[in-house]
Amino acid sequence: MSSSDGHAHSSRHPHLAEHFETIQQQDYAARLGMWLFLGTEVLLFAGLFLGYTVYRHFYHATWHACSQALNVWMGMGNTLVLISSSLTVALALWAVRVGKKNLAIGMLVFTIICAIGFLCIKYLEYKHKFELGELPGKWFRAEELMQYPAANMYFTIYFLTTGLHAFHVIVAMSVLIWVMKGIIKGRYTPDYFVPVELGALYWHLVDLVWIFLFPLLYLI
Amino acid sequence: MSQPSPASADNPHYPAVNYLNADRGVKSWLLTLDHKRIAVMYLASVLVMFLVGGIFAMAVRLELLTPGPTIMGANTYNRMFTLHGVVMIFLFMIPAIPGVFGNFCMPLMLGAKDVAFPKLNLLSLYLYWTGAILAVAGMVMGGTDTGWTLYAPYSTTTPMTVFPVVLGIFILGFSSILTGLNFIVTIHTLRAPGLTWMRMQLFVWAIYATSIIQVLATPVIGLTVMLVGIEKIGGFGLFDATKGGDPVLFQHFFWFYSHPAVYIMVLPSMGVVSDAIAAVARKNVFGYKMIAYSSLGIAFVGFFAWGHHMFVSGQSPFDNGAFAVISMFVGVFTAIKVFNWVGTLYRGAIAINAMFVYICGFLFFVVFGGMTGIAVATVSLDVHWHDTYFVVAHFHFIMVGAVIMGFLIAIHYWFPKMFGRMYHEGWAMVASSFIVLGFIATFLPQFLVGNAGMPRRYYMYPERFQAMNVASTTGSSLLAFGFIIIAIYLIYALVRGEIAGDNPWKSMGVEWQTTSPPDKHNFAKPVVITQDPHSYQKPGEEVEHVVI
Repeated sequence: MSSSDGHAHSSRHPHLAEHFETIQQQDYAARLGMWLFLGTEVLLFAGLFLGYTVYRHFYHATWHACSQALNVWMGMGNTLVLISSSLTVALALWAVRVGKKNLAIGMLVFTIICAIGFLCIKYLEYKHKFELGELPGKWFRAEELMQYPAANMYFTIYFLTTGLHAFHVIVAMSVLIWVMKGIIKGRYTPDYFVPVELGALYWHLVDLVWIFLFPLLYLI
Repeated sequence: MSQPSPASADNPHYPAVNYLNADRGVKSWLLTLDHKRIAVMYLASVLVMFLVGGIFAMAVRLELLTPGPTIMGANTYNRMFTLHGVVMIFLFMIPAIPGVFGNFCMPLMLGAKDVAFPKLNLLSLYLYWTGAILAVAGMVMGGTDTGWTLYAPYSTTTPMTVFPVVLGIFILGFSSILTGLNFIVTIHTLRAPGLTWMRMQLFVWAIYATSIIQVLATPVIGLTVMLVGIEKIGGFGLFDATKGGDPVLFQHFFWFYSHPAVYIMVLPSMGVVSDAIAAVARKNVFGYKMIAYSSLGIAFVGFFAWGHHMFVSGQSPFDNGAFAVISMFVGVFTAIKVFNWVGTLYRGAIAINAMFVYICGFLFFVVFGGMTGIAVATVSLDVHWHDTYFVVAHFHFIMVGAVIMGFLIAIHYWFPKMFGRMYHEGWAMVASSFIVLGFIATFLPQFLVGNAGMPRRYYMYPERFQAMNVASTTGSSLLAFGFIIIAIYLIYALVRGEIAGDNPWKSMGVEWQTTSPPDKHNFAKPVVITQDPHSYQKPGEEVEHVVI
């Protein structure tokens, strides 16, 4: 956030901003800022999880029936895609730290492919839902679920949570592409890799949210 | 340091080059990364918003002068109080003290050159402007009539426009989150050598506690207002009981943020008072640690008190009781502060000036507003008072009274710091009397009329309530008159005011140990802190915060 400009004092780290004394101080600030930001993200999703909990409590049978209507295998596939991408993004960070530039780029490319894969699977799922009319509010027209009260509410929550999550996947993917560009240009080295670390942290958060969404929506 | 403070007091000195004139041109302001310039732009923005919100408040008060229609129709009246609430809360009280004085003074108090993320800081300001324009334009042109609370399902079914306002609030939330995040990181990482946590000025502690609430609570309001916006467009029934939704869920979401938000507003104000009271009384703050920790205590307890807004919304008696008891703890922490402030004044060499008048006003409003807060947090009493003018008067005392007093103390205390010039103390005293008395005259009658049963937000009322409403409107005119006087003498001081000197209050705060107005880079030499905060204890003895 506050790096980059080249105050190239001989003794100063090239990425050290003017108002910091040492690069350690700046790195600590960046990490702390990112963790706080991740905290706000968790609270953002927490609201939706609360909504899920309340309506699950109100309409237990509906939740059960609608959950059955989701395609577990697609959800499973997405979970596997995201978990493996979490591993590769961690490996990419490790590769930057030990100076293996090409390995880092390869790992990030794999991560980004996983992100795109996730979005493709999600698209297929959404498309299927649109065909069946398993949609929120007044657009709901899935006949076999009509008998359950407030079945459209399940799909409102489903689309809100997965939609917000998919939006985060897109943002996090863009961040990773930006980080990868930096690695290709040689900006991030074993000396200075905090932006890579922050990008990876953000990707882990996106992953973590899905780890909760998958069982809540598909399995139970 | 360029000059030791005693010499500069005899021969006031205005630095020829300072942060105000170091760079010139509109672009140098709009693209600045200097926390002080960003603070000045926040100051101008929140003052404009305060004017806007104030005009709508006067419109509401004028309408309530007579029991029937006075100057506007019922629909316009609904829009007016919505505008007043949204503007004053989201555009003035929440950003005012953190955005202006947190930005300006907090890095100086830490001996830092800037906040941790200067670009993010500028982004916060731009988000504030975007949100402000969206929200105000949406309300003026679209005419939102929901009240600032946006209660569903009314807000999701009203024929009036709601979306621009909720989008505006969502963006303002981001501004608030980023400011809070920036401040927390700054306080953790940029304290000068020797500045331990227990040596931080109390304003910094208050800003720290505020920032925690901003970071943790604001995402929830962002989500909530967006759900309202989506709901308004899609009609999913998320908060609509006729479609299987739960309107009380909205209230939980809303108050999970909006109750802690009260402390986002009032904690910085308490921090201002803690700093200024020591300077006014020329004494060490009594019970420094207690004041510092009670800020954190309020921030913590504030997160678990939201249910006291929902005593009549169908909560279980157990929940009501639990929320009532937790709410009382806020009173305990506030009382700790009040006793320590009074202890600081005790046997101090108090300067009788406008700042001191505002401090007295602040203490009165906090105690009176706080005690009525304890009263409305009591379930059996609240059932009677809920949604009456008693509640309106209560939150105007504790929230608005305390915040306005804190803001005015801050602006008088730090005006010479920010602009290097001094305002006219005599006119400041006149204005402060108008403000404090006008405030009491406005809201004291509302306690009485509320207790007599007048509901809030009603366009018309029975004739027996008219005397009190006339009294309240009269008081609000005094208040408005006081603000006009302040605006005149501050603008005059900005242009023609006497040169203040580096430290006109002979304050011991670290922010005063540089020139006024400060240099672009804050301090001429690296700051090293060698003693406790607010060290006024030994008069006459040379005390230096800045060691070379």
